[in-house]
Amino acid sequence: MKKENFAAYIFLLPWLVGFFLLTIQPIVSSFYLSLTEYDTVSDPYFIGFENYEYMFVDDYRFWEALKVTFFFVAVGVPFKLGFALAIALWLNQGVQGLSLYRAVFYLPSLLGSSVAVGILWRQVFHTDGLVNYLLAFLGISGPSWLSDPDTSIYTVILLTIWQFGSPMLIFLAGLRQIPHDLYEASSIDGASKFRQFWKITLPLLAPVIFFNLVLQTIDAFKTFNNVFIISGGNGSPVDSLLFYTLYLYQQGFEFFRMGYASALAWVLLIIISIFTAIYFYTSKYWVYYESEK
Amino acid sequence: MKQNRLLKHLYLAIASLVMLYPLLWMLSSSFKPESIIFNDLSLWPSQFTFENYPNGWQALRIDFSIFYKNSAIVAVFSVIGNLISCAFTAYAFARLEFNFKRFWFALMMMTLMLPYHVVLIPQYILFLKLGWVNTYYPLIVPKFLAQEAFFIFLMVQFFKQLPRELDESAMMDGCSVFRIFFKIIVPLSIPAFGTAAIFSFYWTWEDFFGPLIYLNDIEKYTVPLALRAFVSAEDLSFYGESFAMSILSLIPVFIFFIIFQRFIIHGIAMSGIKG
Repeated sequence: MKKENFAAYIFLLPWLVGFFLLTIQPIVSSFYLSLTEYDTVSDPYFIGFENYEYMFVDDYRFWEALKVTFFFVAVGVPFKLGFALAIALWLNQGVQGLSLYRAVFYLPSLLGSSVAVGILWRQVFHTDGLVNYLLAFLGISGPSWLSDPDTSIYTVILLTIWQFGSPMLIFLAGLRQIPHDLYEASSIDGASKFRQFWKITLPLLAPVIFFNLVLQTIDAFKTFNNVFIISGGNGSPVDSLLFYTLYLYQQGFEFFRMGYASALAWVLLIIISIFTAIYFYTSKYWVYYESEK
Repeated sequence: MKQNRLLKHLYLAIASLVMLYPLLWMLSSSFKPESIIFNDLSLWPSQFTFENYPNGWQALRIDFSIFYKNSAIVAVFSVIGNLISCAFTAYAFARLEFNFKRFWFALMMMTLMLPYHVVLIPQYILFLKLGWVNTYYPLIVPKFLAQEAFFIFLMVQFFKQLPRELDESAMMDGCSVFRIFFKIIVPLSIPAFGTAAIFSFYWTWEDFFGPLIYLNDIEKYTVPLALRAFVSAEDLSFYGESFAMSILSLIPVFIFFIIFQRFIIHGIAMSGIKG
């Protein structure tokens, strides 16, 4: 095929400029900055790997942030995907008015990261808020969800589960790809619904589950907006909502420790890469693509 | 059988109500007087007031019309920038042959996975040195440089589906690739542009992190930043007013959702864009 180098690079020009100026150059300089002390006013001061050393050895808030974020990912993501899959299976059984229900279930996911929803959640779990008012009906006096460090994280987990809509839509699209005759053939052979789910639905849906898992895990690590609003901007109570990105924001834009914040960003990149690599590595044992068979 | 169907609708209706209850509660609370908000679970206010809206609109030093104007400026330019620059890039990747194409494409796809935080601080420093902090440039200019790889990917997928013969016959007639892009590809790709425009609008309308970092003066705040000011002052019992302003901020999102539902749901199913 004839090459159209000149024209193609004209079309690519905006992206190329952006790619070098806003991605490549920043990646390189962020790594360099992570080896310095830098407050944006005076010049960066090279300190080698001291930021990383301090982070891993002395910074207990870094470990706190990791703990909070890992717990959130480990609990939030499976529940969210489980919900998304369950509701998708339910909706996939041929319901009239599917598009209406689908839209309703998707709506929280769409509004999800807005500040308005953060504000709402703060009131819903307020000591005198909606949830405790409902509990009072049942004769239970609810805790102060958001000021108790033992319960605060669960409000955020509930918020992320409430937003199961977008993985649900992806599951629905995946379920639609599964040929109907597989179910018909197997039910003639006397397979139970449960067996069909394990032997047909799950294996054929594996690529979609994999896709959702990767996407949602990365997203969960990057959670910021809602937590910022719910925790009043500082991860309180007692750092129980100190999500990783929130800590990074504090270091960079409240304490202006740009070098240290860059080091935090690099550690986040490495954590996310490790997770993604593990998923991809293990996927060959549980994800089969149609074309490989 | 029929009973079964009814039962299923009943369950689905209950599930829908549970999902929407918090939002509906916020909506109805925005019409309740301050004193009864937390003593009234019903979705229909027992006492009805409109006051939260005008009061909330003017609760901060600057009134909300300014914040909406600011948000609209950022959103409009972001959508335009994203559409133009991503369409250009996608066209090159989808329809043209050039040296190092696979290399660039792989790099572009890798940026999809890259957490924003790694480039955040050097970008901030760059914009700081350009004197762009506390202006809208850091929020808008990157959009003209095709930095949302999701939209590029979405458009590449769409452009690839368009029949090649169109380009080839136009080429025979002596059309340049530029003419082909503007006269053939663009008019046929309205659905893809629609999906990209809607998501681009959502992301900028709801964007909180960007404005939080780059905008300092309250005169320049976008709507989400202004809402956050309510939270800071919150224990002074502004609930009704903050609910009213929150509801208002969701209305554009909601209206777009009603109108463009098909685009949105199709777009997510196709590309896995997050909501």
